[in-house]
Amino acid sequence: MAEEKIVFQRPKSLLPVVTNYCPGCVHGIVNRLVAETIDELGIEGRTVGIAPVGCSVMAYNFFACDMAEAAHGRAPAVATGIKRVCPDNIVFSYQGDGDLASIGMAETVHAATRGEHITVIFINNAIYGMTGGQMAPTSLPNQVTQTSPYGRDVSTAGYPVRVCELLSSLDGPAYIERVTVDCPKNIRKAKKAIKKAFQYQIDGIGYSFVEVVATCPTNWGMTPQKAFEWLRENMLPYYPLGVYRDVVADGFANAAEAAAARAKDCPIASQGGKA
Amino acid sequence: MTEKVLMKGNEALAECAMRAGCRFFFGYPITPQTELAAYMSKCMPKIGGTYLQAESEIAAINMVYGAAAAGARVMTSSSSPGISLKSEGVSYMAGADLPGVIINVQRGGPGLGSIQPSQSDYWQATRALGHGDYHMIVFAPSTVQEMADCAYNAFDVADKYLTPVMILADGMLGQMMEPVVLPEPKTELPEKPWAINGTKCQRKHNIANSLYLDPELLEQKNIERFERYEIIKANEQKAEEFMVEDADIVLVAFGASARIARSAVVSARARGIKAGLIRPITLWPFPVDVVDAAANHCKQFLSVEMNMGQMVEDVRLVSAGRVPVSFYGRAGGMIPTPAEVLAKIVELNEQVGE
Amino acid sequence: MRELQTVLAGFGGQGILFAGKVIASAGLVEDRELSWLPSYGPEMRGGTASCSVTLSDDPIGSPLVMNPNALVVMNQPSYDKFIDTVAPGGVVVVDSTLVLSMKERDDVTTVALPATEIAEKEGLKGLANIVLVGKLWALTQFCERQNLDAAIDHVVPAKKQAMVALNKQALEIGIQA
Repeated sequence: MAEEKIVFQRPKSLLPVVTNYCPGCVHGIVNRLVAETIDELGIEGRTVGIAPVGCSVMAYNFFACDMAEAAHGRAPAVATGIKRVCPDNIVFSYQGDGDLASIGMAETVHAATRGEHITVIFINNAIYGMTGGQMAPTSLPNQVTQTSPYGRDVSTAGYPVRVCELLSSLDGPAYIERVTVDCPKNIRKAKKAIKKAFQYQIDGIGYSFVEVVATCPTNWGMTPQKAFEWLRENMLPYYPLGVYRDVVADGFANAAEAAAARAKDCPIASQGGKA
Repeated sequence: MTEKVLMKGNEALAECAMRAGCRFFFGYPITPQTELAAYMSKCMPKIGGTYLQAESEIAAINMVYGAAAAGARVMTSSSSPGISLKSEGVSYMAGADLPGVIINVQRGGPGLGSIQPSQSDYWQATRALGHGDYHMIVFAPSTVQEMADCAYNAFDVADKYLTPVMILADGMLGQMMEPVVLPEPKTELPEKPWAINGTKCQRKHNIANSLYLDPELLEQKNIERFERYEIIKANEQKAEEFMVEDADIVLVAFGASARIARSAVVSARARGIKAGLIRPITLWPFPVDVVDAAANHCKQFLSVEMNMGQMVEDVRLVSAGRVPVSFYGRAGGMIPTPAEVLAKIVELNEQVGE
Repeated sequence: MRELQTVLAGFGGQGILFAGKVIASAGLVEDRELSWLPSYGPEMRGGTASCSVTLSDDPIGSPLVMNPNALVVMNQPSYDKFIDTVAPGGVVVVDSTLVLSMKERDDVTTVALPATEIAEKEGLKGLANIVLVGKLWALTQFCERQNLDAAIDHVVPAKKQAMVALNKQALEIGIQA
């Protein structure tokens, strides 16, 4: 009898529970990538995750590590509180576009600029999923949603926020990358980015942020396959994939060193402070 | 170690929070609580603690939520308009059964109001700080010493009952200096097996959460919480009584206005008027027992407040029609004078005598 | 005067709050009831500063002194603002270098002292506030004399120990003036 060999299984840090995600939703993929990362880095016992308000609100039931549920948009603040109490823990927040880039924009920007040693996983599917498909801060111009029934009119609703680009102007972040999960190749790339983000936190390099350009077949009113096509056609030109900040690749040991180099001509900023 | 020192109320709150084992403070600047945050920013780094100036009151209270969930003794402070912003986070703390201490150094309202002392957040503190069915314990100190004592004890109470605790002070108590004896730093803090600080892969995961999509489950959670509130009501009511025993006219006043009411009672007694004072030290739970006992023998209640009349409703609830309940207050940041309160006592005494 | 209810007022930067702290600290040294309450907020930035200090043998009700039995003023606006609030029989100590126009009140004792000028002449620039505290003490004896010096020891920060002797000198000048 041939020896059994396991070729694929559920990551240990992902609990065997039924999720609330719609068929074809990519949250399941990204949840799994995070769980695989936690397993591979061997950090389940010291990881604390923060679930947002939105479709992944129940994520606290899916991960085997300690979890907190945050108020809408406040995950980075909650993560800050936890990380300051337990600096040796690995703290991540998992947030959607409405949560992260609209109601929680202040918390997002300030956690980033403080250089909190946390990892933020950002699911950008250009729509409010859980409340039934309203216009999000990242909904594209002319995109039809429940609350932009004639298409997002930028003359009244303004323009979408490109979060990676926005955060990359700050000194706090060590690593910012935008990925997607529309095909196996890109999923592998996304996994690499998520793992790198966690690794940067473990190594104390600084704040890390991974945006996953995602779909919402249910609220977009498309089949999953069609949604991926729409994503490739419309989302990716507006939200280009790639690394937006990587202080290590830039030759620095951490975000603090990169920030100091950038401010080298400012006398007060370049005074030797406390480490 | 029992040496008296001269300290501002705001500083006493900060110092005694640290002595109670608080090592995390998240705040945002606002008058008149400024000295508290400044004191924390100076002292926390020296004892290995964390002072963090958040981007907003909303962020600050959510940092408190996170730190509390991680098992730390944690505090935030603000003044009235800032407390309104924190109310969301306090509701989530109550819903997740997280302990923490919130200081409100009240100023006049509504809106931006004034920066002068006020007690106009009584309703907010005791009734509706944030949405949902919940209470939090509210202490109302009236001296700098009591500010110190309340801050020192609030963390124990919060940890014991797993609830946010508010210290409701005001601009006068925060800004004034009085002699204070500081307590010894606490060394033994309670274990928190529920904290989300990493499973070490040795236990099932802990979750800090206030979401229950199953209404039966949420109702059950609320019932359990309200059973705990009954225990709090039975154990934690606190009030000081001054000359109440034989009083015809019983004043009820808390915090700064209680100081003024006390002076008025002394003056009234000097005129032969039998006045007394009940000073609630806990506003929730309201000291129902002592007010109830007074209602059985006094002829008149007089609630003295720095607002348009808020606590007076609680006095009426307890009196339940047995004894008339009057109100005297100043609002907007105005402080009543002992003479004004005395005049009201004299007026009521004439009515009682009739 | 054992029961002191004083208001001190002047420009920000004249050491009004510090002078109040000296008086309050004398009460602390004597283990009496005391309170110190500053004005706060934008008015402080705008220039005028004031504080209420009460020393008593009984518990203190309102720390806000509305009708002081002792007033110390260091500028004209403060004089004008507070002079009518002084209780009959009270004392008013005025820095006459800076307060030029005073009104008649026969029911209070007014002592005008060019404290700013005196302080500068004695090489004690910035200590006019303490000169005036000395004068207030001479008029009211609100504490034991040696406890006034002890109060100075108490309130001068450790980093500014050189200031202790100068403050004590300013007190003595005020008392003798």
